[in-house]
Amino acid sequence: MDFPVVAVIAATLTIATPLVFGALGALLGERAGVLNLGIEGTLYVGAFVGFLVAARTGSLTLAVLCAVVSGALAGALVALLTVTLGVNQHVAGIGTTLLLVAACDFANRLLFSGGSQTTTVTFDRWFAGLPPFAQYPMTYVGFLLLAPAVWWVIRSTGAGLRLSAVGENPEAADTAGVSVAATRWTALVVGGALMALGGSFLTLSLLGTFTLDIVSGRGWICIALVIFGRWRVWPIVLGALLFGLFDALQLQLAITPAFGSVPNELLIALPYFVVIAALAVRGRGVRYPGAYLIPYRRA
Amino acid sequence: MTTPGTPLVELRGITKRFGSLVANDDIDLSVAEGEVLALLGENGAGKSTLTRILYGLSRADAGEIRIGGRPVAVDSPADALAAGIGMVTQEFSLVGTMTVTENLMLAGSSLGRVDRRAARARVVAAAERLGVPVDPDAVVERLSVGERQRVEILKALIGECRLLVLDEPTAVLVPADVDLLFASIRRLTAEGLAVVFISHKLHEVVDLADRIGILRRGRLVADLPAEGLDPVAIAALMVGGSTTAAGADDEALATAVGLDTPAATPDRAPVDTTGPAALEITGLTLAGDPRPRVDDVTLSVRAGEVVGVAGVSGNGQTELVAVLCGTTAASSGTVRVGGTEITGLDPAARLRAGLGRLTEDRRGSVVLGMSVEHNLAIEDLDRFRTGPFLSRRRVRAHAERLIERFDIRASPADPIRSLSGGNMQKVLLARAIERDPTVLVASQPTRGLDVGACEYVYAQLRALRDAGSGVLLVSEDLDELLGIADRIVVLSGGRVVGELAAADATREALGVLMTGGAEARAERAA
Repeated sequence: MDFPVVAVIAATLTIATPLVFGALGALLGERAGVLNLGIEGTLYVGAFVGFLVAARTGSLTLAVLCAVVSGALAGALVALLTVTLGVNQHVAGIGTTLLLVAACDFANRLLFSGGSQTTTVTFDRWFAGLPPFAQYPMTYVGFLLLAPAVWWVIRSTGAGLRLSAVGENPEAADTAGVSVAATRWTALVVGGALMALGGSFLTLSLLGTFTLDIVSGRGWICIALVIFGRWRVWPIVLGALLFGLFDALQLQLAITPAFGSVPNELLIALPYFVVIAALAVRGRGVRYPGAYLIPYRRA
Repeated sequence: MTTPGTPLVELRGITKRFGSLVANDDIDLSVAEGEVLALLGENGAGKSTLTRILYGLSRADAGEIRIGGRPVAVDSPADALAAGIGMVTQEFSLVGTMTVTENLMLAGSSLGRVDRRAARARVVAAAERLGVPVDPDAVVERLSVGERQRVEILKALIGECRLLVLDEPTAVLVPADVDLLFASIRRLTAEGLAVVFISHKLHEVVDLADRIGILRRGRLVADLPAEGLDPVAIAALMVGGSTTAAGADDEALATAVGLDTPAATPDRAPVDTTGPAALEITGLTLAGDPRPRVDDVTLSVRAGEVVGVAGVSGNGQTELVAVLCGTTAASSGTVRVGGTEITGLDPAARLRAGLGRLTEDRRGSVVLGMSVEHNLAIEDLDRFRTGPFLSRRRVRAHAERLIERFDIRASPADPIRSLSGGNMQKVLLARAIERDPTVLVASQPTRGLDVGACEYVYAQLRALRDAGSGVLLVSEDLDELLGIADRIVVLSGGRVVGELAAADATREALGVLMTGGAEARAERAA
């Protein structure tokens, strides 16, 4: 049997792209000590707003821009709740996700009378003649620009130093004159923007349409990837690729006649099993950021 | 540039009140370039308040701070740093996961790219001034306490400070690190840095300080050159006795610090010297790095006797109590209660064997989320069970009885969280004493309590002793030990370094033992 290796690699990169955006967005918040469980809803908002603007204006640039702004606002909502008001981060995050998903579904019903939508403009693939490189622009941006940039910022800039200090020991950061609140707000707003960008990839590149439950748990996968990657950029990217690989594999297997007898549902579940297994192995003895989940109040 | 004779930093008329308590009462103090000023005083004398005001962590109600002769407003640590005042507090503020260089880059870094190489060079240069090697690339959490303290000092030096305030810098250090610290301070003062230094270890103060300021109950009672003073004279100044009568007149001294002289209560049972000791500790050791935390401790408490354990905080008292209570396993040695060995038993079995305990962490000894009655019953649930169920009626009756007997100001169903420290201590005392322990290990039983609550605790401990139980009283409060204990053993560096009968003990004698003054004197004699 001839296994389409190139097609699987290409699909791996495509599938991993929204995860890279989402997980790196989550990473920023977590490095600052805030777990943003609004991620699932933020991806959803990015997907919906991106689709909405593209469908109404026909401008992809404007669509991406609006998705980014919506994500930044979602991040600001989480920041308001967790940083300024000191609300429990789990409650604030899950509440935000529920709110955003429901709001998008409601808007979808009002504007498009519900259901799945007809296609809209989408980004073109680059290098269409070279199969493994025939990717959407956002895939290139995610792997070649965003990941190195986040890595560099965390490692080599004053902003990154502050981010880590605030997440590890906010008292020490405060004594050194670093504003804990401002740092966390910034991390959540920028992180939210990245998450929504990842969400917009689903509608503006991949599907060209908005369907209910389009995100289908990718946000939670991102949260798992951050733990899997132990809050470091490159292991997180690697984790996203691993998930992408197993998802691409199962897609391929589903259309391979030899696997015709395997229930499709089982194949779809494959990458999720891999995530659970990976977390069970890598997630033990993990050292969380020192101030993870803890609101900061000056003594 | 300050002209010679002009002090670098001057405090004038500093006054700070907390409610009715005057923590600092019209204090005038100054420190010159290159001078080391030691601030001494008992706990609560106002030393920390004064240094917090100097560093902008607290605001004075009255008075001013002058630097180079000009008044300066110091309302925050940032103001203090800008004015050239750096401080190393007892709790370090370092990010454990970052390197030394990264920690030092944090203050005043821009948002953009950071120049690690330049920052590293600055750290190396500052370490050179300090005269102690510091690895700029070491991750802070892997450093020893002494090394972390050096990083804090580097932080102040890189901030270009001219006055460095050190709050009990030697309390947490091992002797070798103390020597390094003192060498560093001498180097820095030779360059003109002024240092204000808080310590409880009198021989260190004599060693290092140029001038000594002594605070007592918020007032500056002495400000004199260190030259020619010895630890005994300083101790007498701290407690307010006369320098001439040091050690000779402890009754007067006890009166001066407001404590009744230890009088025997008439109906007190004689100390039982014949039967097995209430508590017998033999060769007890708790290994630690680099030195044992508890080092070959042997002591016994007879029935009807209170034995006090004195020592400067962090010299093994906490660990000794943890080993006795069974929350930490001993490395070697044995513990017997009333003749029965309990060394390997778990905490619950120790309770049943007759070891009562009153641990230093009051809030850690109760379940904060539960009610008073449940906390009173929790160590002895079997007594309140009917089959698998807890009898609410019996728990309630038990609580009501103890509340009555021990005068606890709460009702059985009140959440224990809502109780004052004194009331919570009453609950813990009730729980421990009600079981009629063979020996009660009481660690810092009056810490943080007001005078009335302290008196109550003392009365209960005396009553327990009179009823024939042994009491091991671990305390940092010498007056407390002198007031209740029959014998006092002194711990230093985890070892028993001396034992005195309470009748012969004085604050000075204990102080000298506690602070290793005996060794220092021996060294000088040698």
